[in-house]
Amino acid sequence: MKRIMLGNEAFARGAWEAGVRVVSSYPGTPSTEVTETLAKCGDEVHVEWSPNEKVGVEVAVGASIGGARALSCMKHVGLNVAADPFFTAAYNGVTGGLVVLVADDNGCHSSQNEQDSRYHGRGAGVPVLEPADPTECKEFMKLAFDMSEKYDTVVLVRSGTRISHSRGIVEEGERVEREVIPYEKNFRKYVAMPAMARVNHVKQEQRLAQIAADAHEIMAGSIPLNKEEMNDPEIGIVTSGICYQYVKEALPDASVFKLGLVNPLPLQDIAAFASKVEKLYVIEEGNPFLEEQIRAAGIPVHGGKDMFTIQGEYSANMLRKGFGVALPDAGIDNTDAPGRPPLLCAGCPHRGLFHVLSKLKTTVMGDIGCYTLAALAPTNAIDSCLCMGGSIGMEHGFEKATGNSKNLVAVLGDSTFIHSGITGLVNMVYNEAKGTVIILDNRITGMTGHQQNPASGKNAKGEIAPALDIATLCRAIGVKNVFEIDPFEIKELEELIKAETERDELSVIITKRPCVMIVKQTEPPQMITDACKNCRQCMKIGCPAIEIKDGRPYIIKESCIGCGLCAKVCPFDAIKKEDK
Amino acid sequence: MEKNILIVGVGGQGTLLASVLLGNLALMKNYDVKLSEVHGMSQRGGDVVTHVKISDTTVASPLIEKGEADIIIAFEKLEAYRWLPYLKKGGAMYVNEQQIMPMPVVLGQVDYPADIDETLAKAAQTLVKFDALALAEEAGSSKAVNVVLLGAASNALPFTEEEWMDVIEKYVKPKFIALNKDAFAKGQAV
Repeated sequence: MKRIMLGNEAFARGAWEAGVRVVSSYPGTPSTEVTETLAKCGDEVHVEWSPNEKVGVEVAVGASIGGARALSCMKHVGLNVAADPFFTAAYNGVTGGLVVLVADDNGCHSSQNEQDSRYHGRGAGVPVLEPADPTECKEFMKLAFDMSEKYDTVVLVRSGTRISHSRGIVEEGERVEREVIPYEKNFRKYVAMPAMARVNHVKQEQRLAQIAADAHEIMAGSIPLNKEEMNDPEIGIVTSGICYQYVKEALPDASVFKLGLVNPLPLQDIAAFASKVEKLYVIEEGNPFLEEQIRAAGIPVHGGKDMFTIQGEYSANMLRKGFGVALPDAGIDNTDAPGRPPLLCAGCPHRGLFHVLSKLKTTVMGDIGCYTLAALAPTNAIDSCLCMGGSIGMEHGFEKATGNSKNLVAVLGDSTFIHSGITGLVNMVYNEAKGTVIILDNRITGMTGHQQNPASGKNAKGEIAPALDIATLCRAIGVKNVFEIDPFEIKELEELIKAETERDELSVIITKRPCVMIVKQTEPPQMITDACKNCRQCMKIGCPAIEIKDGRPYIIKESCIGCGLCAKVCPFDAIKKEDK
Repeated sequence: MEKNILIVGVGGQGTLLASVLLGNLALMKNYDVKLSEVHGMSQRGGDVVTHVKISDTTVASPLIEKGEADIIIAFEKLEAYRWLPYLKKGGAMYVNEQQIMPMPVVLGQVDYPADIDETLAKAAQTLVKFDALALAEEAGSSKAVNVVLLGAASNALPFTEEEWMDVIEKYVKPKFIALNKDAFAKGQAV
């Protein structure tokens, strides 16, 4: 049957059809829906959310050693976290097929950087497959499992925002069940010690060379992995992934060498293509990954990064412009259109905390999650944001540099704390920090679309699971001062933050209130009464439900969820609940 | 036959269902179709856009470029204005008159542009601007604003009434089918 599938759904479908049995991932835009889709399968696939990507890959490696086909999915920065097991598993190879899916985010739609994961694939020495549409997402995923077992290698499938989050028509196939391969002890393969690693490194190089030699005949179902499309020989383009679609759109007459395998590169095949065209161009988003290798092989490249940028996303119009194709000019000047930055939701539990931190002018080492939005106006309450769990280490370093932990905090979410914050907190205990760490426990992984985590009480399939008690964990690793508080009790919260940042000992404050998107609204909306003096204190919390109308603050009934934070900050008691 | 449809709005307004319905209509009619959408951070009240490209040949890029949209369906007026350069010469716009103030406007840093109506009227060959939210509420839910807008835009799309009803029955939750059919009809009558 044909269905419209999101690229990520097609990846999931491909893994399912390939007989995947174990899936272990950490959510991250734009990769999340692959694992979410697989979590909806039956018992034939075990799917779990891992606390971080490193654990996710380790679980998948173990499943492969145990004889099952296994998959781990993550966003580009997640592969940095998983790089340790990934690079060594790349030496050892597999028993059951082992695939890692990574989704890059050119253009930083929802990420802190736009790093190019192809380098991780090349650095680790594994084949990297890159599909260009949802059908290829499914077929390349199936091929990845086959290649993994055939060549005894981990396979990296590389996606990106426009591949993962585009939809197209995909023909569904059947699942092929695969028996778990019986376990046989093989310590020379799986024990990464120097003597074995030296041997396995050689094998890894050999299989990469074999894959490069075989590349021209590798098929993903009926789709050639690499494909030469000869048209007008004046322009020859080497490209892959979403850029292939932009090339087809902008330069339909050009000759194209489409790479589905971006590591190892079939340089002989590319050289043969280059010899048939007059001018060779390399079109790739991100870094000159293909271009540098092609140039290094002595193949003349007429245009690449000298024509098109390293930064951001490409488009058909960008290529048209570069190749001198005329663009329509609508002649519309809308440069006065105000931007619409994303915001913390109306009723978001984080708003109470950031109102207080903004008021206290606290220096805030921030982290990755919805709460990073508090860096924007009007709260402007975050000083730094680096990586998952990074707030704690940065806060500690800042304290050691300045010798002062007063009015300084680290702020991070429950899922982020579990992902990579715990070790940072252990470090603070060990190295006798005096700072304050605030953990925003909203009972869910919010920004990526509400995935469960080890503290949420449910597993990836939505079943009841043991819930980690964060306060107990903090005490167990040696934090003496641990507090739990509702972030909407802003007076008490303010007193607590003042007291703990003054204290010459390490403290952890856990703000507890569930994400407003997972609890149903029960309170009537708020309204501004005639007692309003137009002082605009309520505007300072940055709630999307409060606007200015006729020169005064006004609460949009449809947007307000009745959390009451605005009423608490109003000095004139002018905000009341509407009658039910 | 080629139709490029841009669906624009503010995160949380329900632009995604509109694109799912359009995509599946195209599939039912054996057209090729590609859609591209925004997930993650922008969904928290930022501006969102879904590209829908339908063709009786092959769709390559999932993205509509400036000057290529046959139809823009806008859930909010400022978003109509923001994406206006994507409209093709002679294109049609279906605009919900609702205004949602972005935070920089709320904070008084910038003004909500005053001349949106004139600029839209000048640029679009067909401009249907109406209170889709009110019609959705009449149909029974403010959330049906997406289907009201689709109803209006259906007049410029190559699908029959029957096909629309069919796709609503297939892809809308059973208890909301009647409501959405009503919402569609209200939009169509605009």
